[in-house]
Amino acid sequence: MIPLLTDGVPRRGLKLLVALALALLAAPLAANDYLITVLILVLYFAYVGQAWNIMMGFAGQLSLGHALYVGLGAYAAAALYVHFGVGPWLGLWVAMASSAAVGATIGFLAFRFGVGGVYFAILTIAFAEFARIGFDHWGWLGGSAGLFLPVANYAHNDILTLRGSPTMFYYVMLTMTAAAFVFCHALLRSRIGYYWLAIRESPDAAQALGIDIFRAKMVAVIISAAMTSLGGVLFAFYYNNLFPEQIFHISRSIELILGPIIGGIGTLVGPIVGAFLLTTLAETLSEIMRWVGIDLPGIKQVFYGFCLLGVVMFLPDGVWPPLGRWLGLGREEGDRGRGEGER
Amino acid sequence: MPAEIYLNVAVSGLLTGLVYGLMALGLSVIFGVVRVVNFAHGEMMTIAMYLAVALFSAYKLDPLAMLVPIAAVLFALGYVLQRGLINPFINRPEHSQFMLLVAVALIMVNALLIAFGPDARGVQTSYAFASFALGPLIVDANKAYAGLAAVTVAAGLVAFFRYTLIGKAIRACADNYAGALVVGLDVKRLYALTFAIGSACVGACGSMMVLLVDVTPPLGPTYTLLAFVIVITGGLGSMAGALLGGVLIGMTEALGGLLFTPSAKSMFTFAILVVVLLFRPQGLLGKRLT
Repeated sequence: MIPLLTDGVPRRGLKLLVALALALLAAPLAANDYLITVLILVLYFAYVGQAWNIMMGFAGQLSLGHALYVGLGAYAAAALYVHFGVGPWLGLWVAMASSAAVGATIGFLAFRFGVGGVYFAILTIAFAEFARIGFDHWGWLGGSAGLFLPVANYAHNDILTLRGSPTMFYYVMLTMTAAAFVFCHALLRSRIGYYWLAIRESPDAAQALGIDIFRAKMVAVIISAAMTSLGGVLFAFYYNNLFPEQIFHISRSIELILGPIIGGIGTLVGPIVGAFLLTTLAETLSEIMRWVGIDLPGIKQVFYGFCLLGVVMFLPDGVWPPLGRWLGLGREEGDRGRGEGER
Repeated sequence: MPAEIYLNVAVSGLLTGLVYGLMALGLSVIFGVVRVVNFAHGEMMTIAMYLAVALFSAYKLDPLAMLVPIAAVLFALGYVLQRGLINPFINRPEHSQFMLLVAVALIMVNALLIAFGPDARGVQTSYAFASFALGPLIVDANKAYAGLAAVTVAAGLVAFFRYTLIGKAIRACADNYAGALVVGLDVKRLYALTFAIGSACVGACGSMMVLLVDVTPPLGPTYTLLAFVIVITGGLGSMAGALLGGVLIGMTEALGGLLFTPSAKSMFTFAILVVVLLFRPQGLLGKRLT
């Protein structure tokens, strides 16, 4: 498996990856609590961004309701833990299965009837909003008053029930992000990965070549949904409180996709770079605001807005493709490869 | 007795739905002609609503009397937005255009949040508590005026597209882009004009909407989504479809709120969307999708 995975990856890239992995592994030794929480956020967005990227970046299906899968995963695992004492390592299978089922339903509805592009995006939002309002009225799960997990004892790290310090969550999140990276890399190299790229570039041509595009898109949405829900499970056990109004909200869905878009849609490294850039910039901004002593709700989002505006206007392929070239890594396989001025 | 309640709620939903329909009409015009997804549609409406609220609280100007000036401001905003930001994106992939407008929307919502705060703002017109009685039917004056205004504006818009030369030219752009270029239409200017007209639509709509609901910044995304649901339900590119969709969604919301809880009313809206996408993806009055 290893030689296959590293095939075709530039040596320089491998070295940089190993260096990055080592730095991230060692980070808790040097970082204080605040920095750890920021890094957890970075890793979280990197993880869910990669999951979203499978659908949009690889298979070309724009989902704007990925908060749905985060929320479903979070609620499934949290409800099992709160109501039945089932730990997260069992709960996550339920979370992934239920999200995959919902993803498959949406995919079936949309792809079967040729609902694509903007229509598909609206459908995904509609389902997320539907879930938000539904969960708001679901008393067993706390409704709009929220669902709370028993607060963690930070002195004792219990990996089996995911109760513990931020450092423990950091390593769990790091493992998940790294695993997602390797998984996405493997996917891109697999048959289905090539199918996706073909569909993304031209669905008609892909179909003409005999690709079952319905099946390939279904696989994409199911994998993406299941992966995203795993992020939701971690979210639930890390934050210990869940509100439908927050977790399913459309702004969560948008926040989630900013990373991959800014980093570079369809690239492997893009979602990670994007999550890192966006989170650190946002945190820096909050720090500056705190330091200046101005408390304006919404200023962070305005800043997000201008960042996004700048990237879509001036770096339509995201930050990573030019950055990667600058680092001498060449073009990676998921790269859209759109030239300047072309379409 | 209960029958009268349903009738009253249905009529009130119908009137609200007409305003929704006008909002969706603006979106449909932009989407149908410029082929750009205006994801800042609801946000633009909240800007108009805040304009109406500000004018009312400062100078006691009635929102409906301010309909034309507010629409004019939004017209200008739409024109500038299309010319400056969106036009370079006309030939970019869909998701790229979409992200551009999400960014614009994000800035609009939160700029409003910074400017006006998170509290709900509304207007108290002199006729706020008045109503008309038509037999067993009691119609809220606010809603009646808003619905009437919506129908008037929509009729004006339909007439504009049907009878004026510019309106015909815009429809020509929508029907056949290459053809429009060939006969020498200034497509860029017409696109900007269309975007501006769609924006003026939501501008007018905003000054009606403040009569019906109090405005908060997060209302923007909600209305964007609602406008999309209506346009898809009614049928893309169909003006009558947008109005019909608006009325359908307005009445569903109202009756859903009555039968279940008001906070769950939009669930019915999404249920309608799913059903329409399932059985009639081109929308109720839309042409067959290709």
